[in-house]
Amino acid sequence: MTIGGHDRGGAITAAVTPPPARRLYRPRDHRIVAGVAAGLAEHLGLPVLAVRIALVVLLGFSGLGLLLYAAYWAVLPQQVSIDRPPERRDYAMLLPFGAIGLGVVLLQALVFKDNAAGTIGWLIAVVAVGAGIIWHQSDPTRRGHWTTTAPQAPWLAAVVAESDRRYFLFRFIGGGVLVATGIIGAVAVLAPTGSLSSVFNGVIFALVGLLGVGVVAAPLLWRMFNQLRAEREGRIREQERAELAAMIHDQVLHTLALIQRNSADIKEVQRLARGQERSLRNWLYKPTASPTERFAAALEQAAAEVEDTYAISVETVVVGDTECDERVAALVAAAREALVNAARHAGVQTVSLYAEVESDELSVFVRDRGAGFDLSGVGDSRHGVRGSIIGRMQRHGGKAEIRSATGEGTEVRLTLPASRESVTAGKEPAR
Amino acid sequence: MSESSARSGAAGGAVGRESTAEQESRRLTVFLVDDHAMFRAGVRAELGAHVDVVGEASSVAEAVSKIAAAEPDVVLLDVHMPDGGGRAVLDAMRRSHPQVRFLALSVSDAAEDVIGLIRAGARGYVTKTISPDELAAAIKRVADGDAVFSPRLAGFVLDAFASRPDVPVADPELDQLTNREREVLRLLARGYAYKEIAKELFISIKTVETHVSNVLRKLQMSNRYELSRWAADRRLV
Repeated sequence: MTIGGHDRGGAITAAVTPPPARRLYRPRDHRIVAGVAAGLAEHLGLPVLAVRIALVVLLGFSGLGLLLYAAYWAVLPQQVSIDRPPERRDYAMLLPFGAIGLGVVLLQALVFKDNAAGTIGWLIAVVAVGAGIIWHQSDPTRRGHWTTTAPQAPWLAAVVAESDRRYFLFRFIGGGVLVATGIIGAVAVLAPTGSLSSVFNGVIFALVGLLGVGVVAAPLLWRMFNQLRAEREGRIREQERAELAAMIHDQVLHTLALIQRNSADIKEVQRLARGQERSLRNWLYKPTASPTERFAAALEQAAAEVEDTYAISVETVVVGDTECDERVAALVAAAREALVNAARHAGVQTVSLYAEVESDELSVFVRDRGAGFDLSGVGDSRHGVRGSIIGRMQRHGGKAEIRSATGEGTEVRLTLPASRESVTAGKEPAR
Repeated sequence: MSESSARSGAAGGAVGRESTAEQESRRLTVFLVDDHAMFRAGVRAELGAHVDVVGEASSVAEAVSKIAAAEPDVVLLDVHMPDGGGRAVLDAMRRSHPQVRFLALSVSDAAEDVIGLIRAGARGYVTKTISPDELAAAIKRVADGDAVFSPRLAGFVLDAFASRPDVPVADPELDQLTNREREVLRLLARGYAYKEIAKELFISIKTVETHVSNVLRKLQMSNRYELSRWAADRRLV
């Protein structure tokens, strides 16, 4: 029994799986308008010309040919040829078929005068073509997106999707044409006698009809709209999450791995932890400013470099900010040198860096509570202090003052008067 | 740990005026509010030698009920917690228990967090990287009714009260810092301890404390327009 059951199950599965069907495509190669006729001909094994003529002749039956063409156009997928670029359309080919079509339509108009059924058929055909154009103007990825957000009615999603202005305009015009066609058609069909009151009645009926459609469709549209918006928000959140994940992966996990590997080396672990903390803080709290443009950012970068190089912590406080120019850069360089000196010679773990930007001057203070030194004992050979700090500040019109005593720590005070020209010259290009 | 010993020398100096006899007779009671149990345990161990930790809480609701029962001298308050954080605790407790002093303790040194907690009523703000001795000194200072300004907080206040010509001053008493207060804040930002500030400015430590407390009051009371706006703006500068 069980074996038989299995067999039957297997047979059913095999029967359900369909044989590879010959799919109907619109080839890009031999098309005149959209390739529908060429695709049909290839599928049915008929000559292309016969199919084309048949379609044109069908125009005569209340525009059936046009309606069929639009329907096929909408449902048939385009065949993508990979090996060579598609041939360009030969627009001259349109002429004979256009002429035949016109002839057929004229003939029909002469033979059957003014029958309502024919008009309705034409109207439907025109509406179908309009809808087809809108459908095909939207790109395939967007369409796939509609199908995923609203599987039951992708065309609705197409109507309510938030999209750029071009699509909005296109949709607006397309919709307007459709509505106008509907109204005019209703008028023409319902008021064949041409009396004014019945025309009005027709218009009113049409509007009532539209209103009814609106009332029926509004909740659906609204729900769809909300769905799309929620989906969009979700995508933004997902993007943010990915960014955060990338940051954690690139930085935090990397640092943690390094800390584990260097766990015996306290100094190295501290250095790693501080560097990571700084970068996380910057990421969380601070706007990114370029160290080459802003004074505060430049100072913070200098402090970070000293922290990294000498495994100390620099407590940085900057009040105010200004544009960076050559003189400000010199001030930052002198401050950096003072930090390096403190890191190397003071023998402490923490150095304070305070900078303030005032309207008339910039000042920087670098202070440590370390060994300190006797100022008179510093020989001319100490380039760090003489050249890089005092000399540099003097060259740029500033002042450097060093206060230190053995055992009481050191403080380096750097001041740079803000020259009007440099401040305004630095600011104007930015504004 | 050379860092903590190096810095405790400075921080301890400011607290040195308290007589040891007084410390012996009555140890300060401290309450911890932090959602990280590991951090609470660490602080409890570090502070054990200096103060009595009388309780801890991991959420705002727990903190509000337990602080009301324990009535500690000082509450160490975390800024960021899942259910509202330090501000919620301060808002709930400030009116009903004015004698309890709050010291904010957080990993965040973002301007909006710092200024926000101080304006909600905290008497000071220190970051979690502070050394145990400095933390103990800060707790004592807060318990005495003084303010605790880290260099960074001092910098923020200087920034917030910076004289900007385009902002009208509604109340000169509250909306501006005196020159002396500005000087004290600058020295704090430069890493000076109270004792060193007193020496530098030729004033007494008590006077330094008065200046800092005045700055704290201005920071809390001033309705200066930019003070509330400032923290938010700073992110965009």
